[in-house]
Amino acid sequence: MAFTFAAFCYMLALLLTAALIFFAIWHIIAFDELKTDYKNPIDQCNTLNPVSLIVMKCVFSFQLVLPEYLIHVFFCVMFLCAAEWLTLGLNMPLLAYHVWRYTSRPVMSGPGLYDPTTIMNADILAYCQKEGWCKLAFYLLSFFYYLYGMIYVLVSS
Amino acid sequence: MLCGVVTFLCYLWFAPVVTFHNGCLPGARHTPTPGHSAAVPNSFDHVETGGRAMILTVSFKTLFAAAPPPPQPGSVGRQIGQSYPSLPPGYQGMAPPTNSGPVHPPAQPYGQPPQPYQQVEQLSPSLATLSLQSQTPSALRVVNLLQERNLLPTNAITAPTPCLPQDLQKINCNPDVFRCTLTSIPQTQSLLNKAKLPLGLLLHPFKDLSQLPVVTSSTIVRCRSCRTYINPFVSFLDQRRWKCNLCYRVNDVPEEFMYNPVSRSYGEPHKRPEVQNATIEFIAPSEYMLRPPQPAAYLFVLDVSHNAVQTGYIDVVCQLLLENLNSLPGDTRTKIGFITFDSTVHFYNLQEGLSQPQMLIVSDIEDIFLPTPDSLLINLNESKELVQDLLKSLPQMFSKTMETHSALGPALQAAFKLLSPTGGRISVFQSQLPTVGVGALKSREDPNQRASTKDIQHLSPATDFYKKLALDCSGQQVAVDLFLLSSQYCDLASLGGISRYSAGSIYYYPSYHNQHNPSQTERFQKDLKRYLTRKIGFEAVMRIRCTKGLSIHTFHGNFFVRSTDLLSLPNVNPDAGFAVQMSIEENLVDMQVVSFQAALLYTSSKGERRIRVHTMCLPVVNSLSDIFAGADVQAITGLLASMAVDRSVTASLSDARDAMTNAVIDSMASYRTSVLTIQQPGLLVPSCLRLFPLYILALLKQKAFRTGTSTRLDDRVFAMCQLKSQPLSHLLLMIHPVLYRVDDLNDEGALNINDRTIPQPKILQLSVEKLSREGAFLMDTGSVMYLWVGRNCSLNFLMQVLGVPNYSALPQSMVRLPELDTAESARTRTLIGWLREQRPFYPILHIIRDESPLKAEFMQNMIEDRTESALSYYEFLLHLQQQISK
Repeated sequence: MAFTFAAFCYMLALLLTAALIFFAIWHIIAFDELKTDYKNPIDQCNTLNPVSLIVMKCVFSFQLVLPEYLIHVFFCVMFLCAAEWLTLGLNMPLLAYHVWRYTSRPVMSGPGLYDPTTIMNADILAYCQKEGWCKLAFYLLSFFYYLYGMIYVLVSS
Repeated sequence: MLCGVVTFLCYLWFAPVVTFHNGCLPGARHTPTPGHSAAVPNSFDHVETGGRAMILTVSFKTLFAAAPPPPQPGSVGRQIGQSYPSLPPGYQGMAPPTNSGPVHPPAQPYGQPPQPYQQVEQLSPSLATLSLQSQTPSALRVVNLLQERNLLPTNAITAPTPCLPQDLQKINCNPDVFRCTLTSIPQTQSLLNKAKLPLGLLLHPFKDLSQLPVVTSSTIVRCRSCRTYINPFVSFLDQRRWKCNLCYRVNDVPEEFMYNPVSRSYGEPHKRPEVQNATIEFIAPSEYMLRPPQPAAYLFVLDVSHNAVQTGYIDVVCQLLLENLNSLPGDTRTKIGFITFDSTVHFYNLQEGLSQPQMLIVSDIEDIFLPTPDSLLINLNESKELVQDLLKSLPQMFSKTMETHSALGPALQAAFKLLSPTGGRISVFQSQLPTVGVGALKSREDPNQRASTKDIQHLSPATDFYKKLALDCSGQQVAVDLFLLSSQYCDLASLGGISRYSAGSIYYYPSYHNQHNPSQTERFQKDLKRYLTRKIGFEAVMRIRCTKGLSIHTFHGNFFVRSTDLLSLPNVNPDAGFAVQMSIEENLVDMQVVSFQAALLYTSSKGERRIRVHTMCLPVVNSLSDIFAGADVQAITGLLASMAVDRSVTASLSDARDAMTNAVIDSMASYRTSVLTIQQPGLLVPSCLRLFPLYILALLKQKAFRTGTSTRLDDRVFAMCQLKSQPLSHLLLMIHPVLYRVDDLNDEGALNINDRTIPQPKILQLSVEKLSREGAFLMDTGSVMYLWVGRNCSLNFLMQVLGVPNYSALPQSMVRLPELDTAESARTRTLIGWLREQRPFYPILHIIRDESPLKAEFMQNMIEDRTESALSYYEFLLHLQQQISK
């Protein structure tokens, strides 16, 4: 039993995935709030702030987006260095998706993904929610996979 | 996750849809609201006419009664309807004179089974026993488009009447204000998906109404759980309780609602005006304010670069403002301000007490600031003389300018800073591409690609600066209206964002020049006058509620969507239309009817907080044939146009074009397989959808979506903006212009309004075949009218109406009919005047002859004919048939 670079990668990935799970949950909650806002009976009178609120929400969730993508890219590179091909292969689809998602974002001057003017479109909102749930599931599964991988590498080497 | 992506990409289109639409009633101009007498709780002011609430009901009644009877099947012999196959598909060119005859109502082909009638019994029993308009069977009459021509009605098409009990229909919302694509709502989403028709509402919430009941009441009765305003479609369980028609909660009737101030009686809550009118306005108490109502605030931002000065628009703006300074909507608190810009931004200090306006120049456009924040936006009444001085001197101030740059971005930032404490309206006049400072743009248009049949690039903005600024504006209750007067590319796709997301409006005058283009100038003057004096609502929000089970999918128009059912509208104007796509989330079983309610909360220019509420009620059906019978082809076209604009921007133009064609194909295929019991050859559609292919073809040939015909990018983008933000009645003229023959006008079937006799010529199909050299034809495209005079037009018409001795004396370009003292001249002028009255903006008239340069534009509107790059109507039908039978 030795502490190899691969084992280190898995441990790091484990920690980072925990963070990603947190991001995914935050993402789900943010979009759910957007969707169910109208159930709030405080009515039409509160006219002044919500515009900037939605804009802020979009900016916020998008400030989480870039770190999330970077973290994911980071441990993919680590796995590449550690020559963990199977793990890398499992992560490739998500990596490719992230690249596609970010390249097809709307025209924006800053970094970001969500456009406050289109986010309330039912299709886009539903898509973002679905995306959140899928990612949560993926990160949860990979969390356990990394745990298994770490132990396996530690034991086998 | 990936499959999520795929489904999302594929099915943006047919998600259930609801649209809102606004139509404009002919002659329905806003009459100034008289001041409300002291707001005594529970006093009712029936504004506008001072009449009783009943007046409104009556006007609805007459409106529906005015609908022409449905064409009677078989009333015209078969031989009259010319059948297509006898004509070669490529029939263009001058038609033989025989074709110039009147258009006949649709003819019923022989041997058509009377099958549609059976569906009457399928309606829910309670509805079936009530008024079943004769419309239902005739709407479902099967029409074979390949066999029958002349399907275009010869007079204006009216909205279909929902199949509701008479007492509900009588008080239902005016279709000009609130219209649904399907007047019978499907019970389930799967049923809707099967019908392949979009579900949506088209809305014109702030339309100028001639009669509007206004209620001042200390409590506004609303449902306690969903906050729906009480409306004519709620049910009273007993005198003390009412059941909400949207969420079905039982609410108490408040004590003061028991008293009816109209009849001065007690104990008849169902007779109150709120329960008698589907459109009503409330004066809102202070709970509906988050801050004291803002004053009317207008800020004018004028481009004074060399290019702008050359066009001479500044004179027009200043002149009109001077004339209309007293008719700007507002009260004693009205504020006004001016900013001009070239490569620097100029402010004008108009503080009361100054002997003359003071100009302040800020050349630091990287970090714009307000030189004297307090004296730039001033009270109009207190500084009126200074404002007048400024307006008189402004045109000369920049006449020698050599500055060619335009710092639009910084000027807008400054305007936003100036207005953000109060909120209000910014009117921007821009004549070229912004070149310096933030928001500078580069020309993206390649003139060689204008006629490209490939995909059109650059329909989406190049920068998000204007959108971000618009969102900031929206947050501070500031709207930006954009007037674009230019001859060159201005990148409206990017600039438009500033108005689109701040609920402003966009006006575009291509090739504007005071001297070189007088007709454009005339139009600009008339539009600007209307713009300055029309009604305006500030710091508005609009919420659209619908019966539980239905939900809003997407909004179309100029606004910011603040929550799933709430639009933020810093300004609302009477010429703005909205569309809403809807979906059915829960099955509507056990429901006979569903309701939609649009509530617009705004601050009037007099500083009153008001709520305008429109409620529409529609029946629920559970069979496909009923859904088809209730389809409103005009509303469907309007909604599809908005959806297609979104599609062109998010995907591509060709995608949008395909989607529109597929919409027709899918719905017809569905009708054929699921509703028709007897399969026949041909292209069969229900009668109510008989114009669907024509409208879609018209959309495909519309400036916004056409390919292969040279179209400037800005023209295209402007057409797209119009499609999304115009009320339905304007939209339809834009999509499918109206053609009349006017050389033989007579008083037969004429309308009589206020002692004026308005001739009603028949509407002709848009095909060259309908033109003849012996006649004169008027084409109305909404914003422009063309009067085409044939080469052999009768001397009588030339002399009596046009005032020229013969055809060759007709000038190349003529924009006004001479006022001759003849019956023919009077008739023609009355007709044109009447058409103009029906819309808020002034359409210019071009009188054209064969050699006129505008003839090409006139001919481009002949949408039933083939062009080099587009199919003729008959070819399009064949294409549809081929796709359906695949």
